[in-house]
Amino acid sequence: MSIGTIDLEKLPARAEKNDRSELGKQYARRKTLRPYLVLAPAFLLTIGILIPFVVAIFYSFTDLTLRSSDFNMVGFDNYIDTFISSDFWHSVGVTLQYAIWSTGIEMLLGIGVALLLNQENWVSKTLRLVLILPLMIAPVIGALIWQLMTNPTVGILRFPLSWIGLGGFRWSADPDYALFSLILIDVWIYTPFVVILVLAGLRSLPKSPYEAVLIDGGSPWFVFRNLTLPMLAPSLLIALVFRLMTSLQEFGIIFALTKGGPGDRTLSVAVKAYNEAFPFYNLSGAIPMLLFLWALIYAVCFVLIDFWRKAQRAASGTV
Amino acid sequence: MDRKVTSLFGYVSKNVLLAFYALFALFPLIWMLVLSFKPDSQMFTTTFFFDPTLDNFRAVFSQSDFLRNLLNNLIISSLAVVVSLAVGVPAAYALARFQFKGREDIAFTFLSFRFAPEILVIIPLYLIYQRLGLIDNYFGLIWVYQLISLPLLIWILRGFFEDISPDIESAAQLDGYSWWQVFFKVLLPLVRPGLVAAALLCFIFCWNAFTFTLQLGGNSTQTSTVSMTRFLASDTVHYGWVAAAALVSALPEVILALLIQKHLVRGLSFGAVKG
Repeated sequence: MSIGTIDLEKLPARAEKNDRSELGKQYARRKTLRPYLVLAPAFLLTIGILIPFVVAIFYSFTDLTLRSSDFNMVGFDNYIDTFISSDFWHSVGVTLQYAIWSTGIEMLLGIGVALLLNQENWVSKTLRLVLILPLMIAPVIGALIWQLMTNPTVGILRFPLSWIGLGGFRWSADPDYALFSLILIDVWIYTPFVVILVLAGLRSLPKSPYEAVLIDGGSPWFVFRNLTLPMLAPSLLIALVFRLMTSLQEFGIIFALTKGGPGDRTLSVAVKAYNEAFPFYNLSGAIPMLLFLWALIYAVCFVLIDFWRKAQRAASGTV
Repeated sequence: MDRKVTSLFGYVSKNVLLAFYALFALFPLIWMLVLSFKPDSQMFTTTFFFDPTLDNFRAVFSQSDFLRNLLNNLIISSLAVVVSLAVGVPAAYALARFQFKGREDIAFTFLSFRFAPEILVIIPLYLIYQRLGLIDNYFGLIWVYQLISLPLLIWILRGFFEDISPDIESAAQLDGYSWWQVFFKVLLPLVRPGLVAAALLCFIFCWNAFTFTLQLGGNSTQTSTVSMTRFLASDTVHYGWVAAAALVSALPEVILALLIQKHLVRGLSFGAVKG
């Protein structure tokens, strides 16, 4: 940021290279191993997930159903069946729409609300606690409450809707607004997730750069654009990545509210795979869909994080 | 003068926005509260005026092992978060601070444990758990919850550790503190907002975990989140019961949020942060 600052990232590394004295060698070896040793417990605890994953890939090449435990190898048949079906690509479209809209709205709303709540008065203090409550209700129950509120004949929301001339609005039962209704519930539940992360980021910002700008007299937008946003970026990236990957996988809200309907209007990949595996017992036919979803999430997160790391490296190069 | 008008306009529009969001976020919860005190007979015939009753709460506690399910959830979710903290905080620190081969790949691998849709993992995992005798077992659930909490915890904390200048650590070590003292007395207070937020989020997600718990849990490890949905499965859904159960079940999360509220502020921050 200023001329004459020493690049802290590179300094220790250079010092280590010079430290190849006979005495330092053993210490250096211990030092290269140390990060792996520190990481090992966390890694061992979660690596178990790979076993189910490999088993699932194996099953995708069989005709295993939930009816019997016998199965034959069928090669790539399940994959071909999945990927030539236009219904599947429709579900991919639904999944993408759901994820992009809900994540987009949650990010904007979450950042806005967090900025507004980052003040020290009793209203902000109370709201900081109260506004994260929707996240604490189990998503399935949250979806149920919304279903009850939006019921066209007995739901409480029929009153305000009729005042503004939208009486008889059918929410998730209306093919044109079903996806909108689901996104609304997703936004209701998960916006607090973004709020918590952004607030934590805001609370750990250093004070001195702000004081400097205050003396120079920058506009609020200038401060936000050039100070807050860059320093908040790590928290925002985490929020974005986690919201994207969970909304791409979202099953509970959609299943509880519409089960994919009306018709197949809200049939996301996760719900379609569930339908295939359980009511139709076609377990092995469902796995290619889920693996596709996995690959999609992998690709999206990889691109996001790669982009982020490059941007960060570019930024630290100019320090 | 002009500036005053725009700032007043900004002040009003800011608060109007906040009020709208508050209404949107809180109304369904208030409505749940109303439902939980409504008698079944007046569920759909009245709106805000009815004869309040505690029957729903009584039914929730008498008709099932709800109290035990709550306790199960408390044990499993808290221990899951404790385990995540114990292995996740050092991992996040290592990924932020040490330079080593494959650092980014390892960090991404931790994240990737969350990529697989739960339904994809659950069937093979069920078969493995069956063989290991981990079905309906506290340890089994605490283990599988690591998939929910550990990637989140590591990635949030890593960002917060990265923000702290390595100078602080060297300075404290020069002052004669041991590495452990530096970690607990200097680093942890600095990452406190992130640590607290991450722990709260992990607890909430473990508490509300549904798919894993439904499949891998059983009678003796049933959590309140899963047992609540049994009120939905009966022939007539007692909305009052569901609302009452959901509100009671959210209480521990609210209490935790209340307890940690004041720690959401950084401990000491004298120029300790890069920027």
